Amino acid sequence: MIARLSHFLVTVGRNTQLLLIEVGRLSNLARHFLYWTFAAPLAGKQGLRRHSFVQQLIFMGNESVFIVFLVTASVGAVLALQAAYQLRQFGAVLYTGALVSVSMTRELGPIVTSIVIAGRVGASITAEIGTMKVQEEVDALTTMGIPPVPFLVVPRILAIAIMLPCLTALGDLIGIFGGYLIGISGLGLDSNLYLRQTFEALIPKDILTGIAKSFVFAILIGLISTYKGLSVEGGAEGVGRATTESVVLSIIAIIVSDCICTGVFYYIFP
Amino acid sequence: MSAVIQVENLQKWFGTRKILDGINFEVREGETLVIMGGSGCGKSTLLRTLVGLLQADEGKVLIFGEDMAHASEDKKNEIRKKFGMLFQGAALFNSLTVGENVALPLKEHTSLDEEIIRIIVKVKLELVGLTGFESLKPYQISGGMKKRVALARAIALDPKIVFYDEPGAGLDPITARVIDHLLMDLTKKLRMTSVVVTHEMNSAFRIADRMIMLHQGKVVGSGSPQEIKESKDPYVQQFVRGEINGPISFKETKEHYLKSIFGGDVGL
Repeated sequence: MIARLSHFLVTVGRNTQLLLIEVGRLSNLARHFLYWTFAAPLAGKQGLRRHSFVQQLIFMGNESVFIVFLVTASVGAVLALQAAYQLRQFGAVLYTGALVSVSMTRELGPIVTSIVIAGRVGASITAEIGTMKVQEEVDALTTMGIPPVPFLVVPRILAIAIMLPCLTALGDLIGIFGGYLIGISGLGLDSNLYLRQTFEALIPKDILTGIAKSFVFAILIGLISTYKGLSVEGGAEGVGRATTESVVLSIIAIIVSDCICTGVFYYIFP
Repeated sequence: MSAVIQVENLQKWFGTRKILDGINFEVREGETLVIMGGSGCGKSTLLRTLVGLLQADEGKVLIFGEDMAHASEDKKNEIRKKFGMLFQGAALFNSLTVGENVALPLKEHTSLDEEIIRIIVKVKLELVGLTGFESLKPYQISGGMKKRVALARAIALDPKIVFYDEPGAGLDPITARVIDHLLMDLTKKLRMTSVVVTHEMNSAFRIADRMIMLHQGKVVGSGSPQEIKESKDPYVQQFVRGEINGPISFKETKEHYLKSIFGGDVGL
């Protein structure tokens, strides 16, 4: 019994230690990212590679816009149906539009879009950088005197930090539209009334807090996926493992930080 | 001839395992030095420590008199501009074309005009015998061509030193010979110093001005190819002749094997 308990404690201790080491390395990468994004250009060094940044922006937008639309439209439609199911009991189906627009912009738009991006873009960042690491391309950069962080990490994190809020704004809109389609076709609501309900309930803060959250998620996805890519070891198998870890960790980070952000917005900026 | 690289008492540990055990040697200007040794002798670790991919635990790596082992990251990057490196697997960037690969160090480290960079790239590719390959992607060319592109990239900034990691690895004998020939040609034409890590004896004797041999993290032999061939040292002899029986044993006991993995006493 005691032996089992001590084994359990040792395992917990070791895993905690590993977690702390990972967090330490991740924050080290964050420090390097901040240095190369803001401080290095002031010191006369080349920080952001503009060409690569634009390439990443286009890649991320192109890769994910369709899938984001598909997912947010579905979520909006489901939300309308589920809301109507409950509201009908109070004879308040009319308020479906309001519920969809507020939930979409405050919560579901940012979180659904971020999870899609973590799976689509985050995974591809980890796989790409990981493959470069395995094939010694990252070492080749280093020996050419080109630090990998400004060359590989900075353009990707900045691109995702700009693209994800944009996609979230579009996703909000498409989600509201998905709810609208269900509202007027499936629930028999009047189009004008639905739209009026939708936009009357919505205040700028709903949209802004949602976009602010998506920015936080973007930074997290960017940091985790580049970190996982750079820490790949052990060939193709290592790339596969790191890619899975990157997506899982990003999704966990999104949900946990969503909880924290929502708490902050609720209590500190009511 | 003056020394461009001086390695003094270099030591490197991985955990409790000592990989480099007090290495001393120097590389003189304009010569081709071959570092040879069997698998796991520490030659790749030595090369990675020389170029600053690994941090030395003790000792000095002086490149043009500046200590790579104890320099700041910025300083290391400055020193790195003075040498090029050819990786075993070429390590070309697959997202870039051949031309962009060669142009990369020029774009990053010089403020040259696009047009001038284009001309330099053309010249470098011509030097390695790949005229007109600029617009191809690395996956569209053969392994030997990749190595030559990587060589063109390594010499893009006209470095004084080029490091080669197993230049003939994974290539057929003829292509490997072409790479050797290029290496000798460039060393002579551009008056470069070459440091080559290899375990292929034919190639080593063909290109070397001087050789050093590593075994278990120590230099066990050094000299001209002729001196190495005639060396009385049993390790060197066994390696040069490629014999199974000799002081370098491949029949390891379990204790030996565990010791080599964990280092020190494992209490067996």
